[in-house]
Amino acid sequence: MQGVVMGYLSLLVLIPLAAVLVHAAGAGFNAFLSAIMAPDAIAAVELTAVCSFVVAAINALAGTLIAWVLVRDFFPGKGIVNAIIDLPFALPTIVAGLTLLELYGPNSPLHLNLAYTRVGIVLALLFVTLPFVVRSVQPVLLEADRAVEEAAASLGASSWQTFRRIILPGILPAIISGSGLSFARAMGEFGSVVLISGNIPYLTEVASVHIYGQVESSDMLGAASLSIVLLLISLVTLLLIAALERRFLRHAR
Amino acid sequence: MLRQVRLPIALRSLASLVAGGILLTGAGLSPARAASVNLTLVAYSTPAPAYARIIPAFQKTKAGAGVTFTQSYGASSSQAAAVANGLHADVVNLSLEPDVATLVQRHLVASNWYKNKYHGFVTDSTVVFVVRKGNPKHIHTWNDILKNGIGVITPNPFTSGSARWNIMAAYGAQIAQHKTKAQGVAYLRKLFNHVKVQNDSASLAMQTFLTGEGNVLLSYEDEAVQAQQKGSPISYVVPPQSILIENPVAVTKEAASPKTANAFVSYLYSRPAQEIFAQMGYWSVIPRVAREFTYPHPKTQFTIRQLGAWPKVQKQFFDPRTGIMAAIERKSGVQP
Repeated sequence: MQGVVMGYLSLLVLIPLAAVLVHAAGAGFNAFLSAIMAPDAIAAVELTAVCSFVVAAINALAGTLIAWVLVRDFFPGKGIVNAIIDLPFALPTIVAGLTLLELYGPNSPLHLNLAYTRVGIVLALLFVTLPFVVRSVQPVLLEADRAVEEAAASLGASSWQTFRRIILPGILPAIISGSGLSFARAMGEFGSVVLISGNIPYLTEVASVHIYGQVESSDMLGAASLSIVLLLISLVTLLLIAALERRFLRHAR
Repeated sequence: MLRQVRLPIALRSLASLVAGGILLTGAGLSPARAASVNLTLVAYSTPAPAYARIIPAFQKTKAGAGVTFTQSYGASSSQAAAVANGLHADVVNLSLEPDVATLVQRHLVASNWYKNKYHGFVTDSTVVFVVRKGNPKHIHTWNDILKNGIGVITPNPFTSGSARWNIMAAYGAQIAQHKTKAQGVAYLRKLFNHVKVQNDSASLAMQTFLTGEGNVLLSYEDEAVQAQQKGSPISYVVPPQSILIENPVAVTKEAASPKTANAFVSYLYSRPAQEIFAQMGYWSVIPRVAREFTYPHPKTQFTIRQLGAWPKVQKQFFDPRTGIMAAIERKSGVQP
């Protein structure tokens, strides 16, 4: 059984990753270094990282609020709202991109024109990463012991104190892991961003679009090298989330 | 430790039945294709509507009877890169010579591909300014597009052939007005400050322009004519100075049936196909056909050879690390 699982993981994940690594390393370390130090590559990774960080931060707040409302409040249509939170997962990302272009582009019914700007990129990324923090925090809130909150209230704690001292420590690990996942997803997002971002190098070109451009112009070494950089960033993010989760989980207990 | 699970007999028989059925269907579906030839055409993004008419016309001729076609359209350099990376092609029709040169380098096209009466070019055109109907911003010259607030749409020069024609037309227009090379490059830098979005190909750039983005699109005259024929609310202006666009066509070395592939290319050079091209806005390479149509030419028309010819220009302007365009993009990106 373990053999089958390892075989499946290898085929799907490890071998393709190894292939990219071999390709990137194939031309030697200097070639790899000059590929990743190219100024347009650095600009693309910087832009992607900043946008992803902003998106993760916004999600941490908005996602928690949404999860709170879905768990603690009752209103007509709550079931539908709960179901459509998962829509960004189900929608093909290119369809999401097209929808966002129609909504925020030159023909916008809202009379906004945010297409081909950095704000447009952040909006697209917010759309596709919406479910991460919400779905992370919801189960924790559902399981939270209300009795402790009620005890705090009866002892004279204000709502804010109750939230900060009792509820927040419980959901913090979930918020962290959800934000970390939305950061990682935003770093690699392509379909929803490629239509609305404008793809001007140094201005609105994100890392995934830059890599795609390199593949299209047959710069395979550049593409593989930059892919390794993105992979490393994702790996570091995942390790960091795991470490932070452990730390806050200890505090919660 | 899982116990050995045995599929019950009924399930095993069903599985063999399904597998057998699939095999038989597969055998039935592979037809005896000895009789019909399939040609794969890989082309740049713009001529798709033209081939939609030319291919059926070819299939009605004796040489084209029974020939089926597989077609692929996309940004010129991306298409060349795809063929170089293994996409099968029998005939390639790309936007400019360097993309065919890429294939010659990989031994996919013969080095004498251009040795015919037309030097390998199947259609000609020029770079024009595509504007909103009525030209509300009064764009007539290359200086007009540098005015404050004018948004310019032009595709990515590293994937699109049209983008490179646009850039060399803009640069060449400066040279034709007796400016120096440095002033020409300065013009390009100012031009790219007006570009807000970079699409992959000429047709995608036209789509973006049609959604209402930008005030002027730099494109092929034939792309503008085809959009007008479809009823899009645009018009176009031929700049006073512009470049002669020449689009190459070649048969590849991997053509399964070179006879049919060559027959198709001969048909493309023949009068019926050239008339169809001309009706769709291209300048025919047959003078007699070109004379029947009155597409406006620029007052001052120059060729890429007057600017140094493609191999030198490709290296000087479009090398992804050391080219002039890479340097311009680097500087433009820093400004907000």
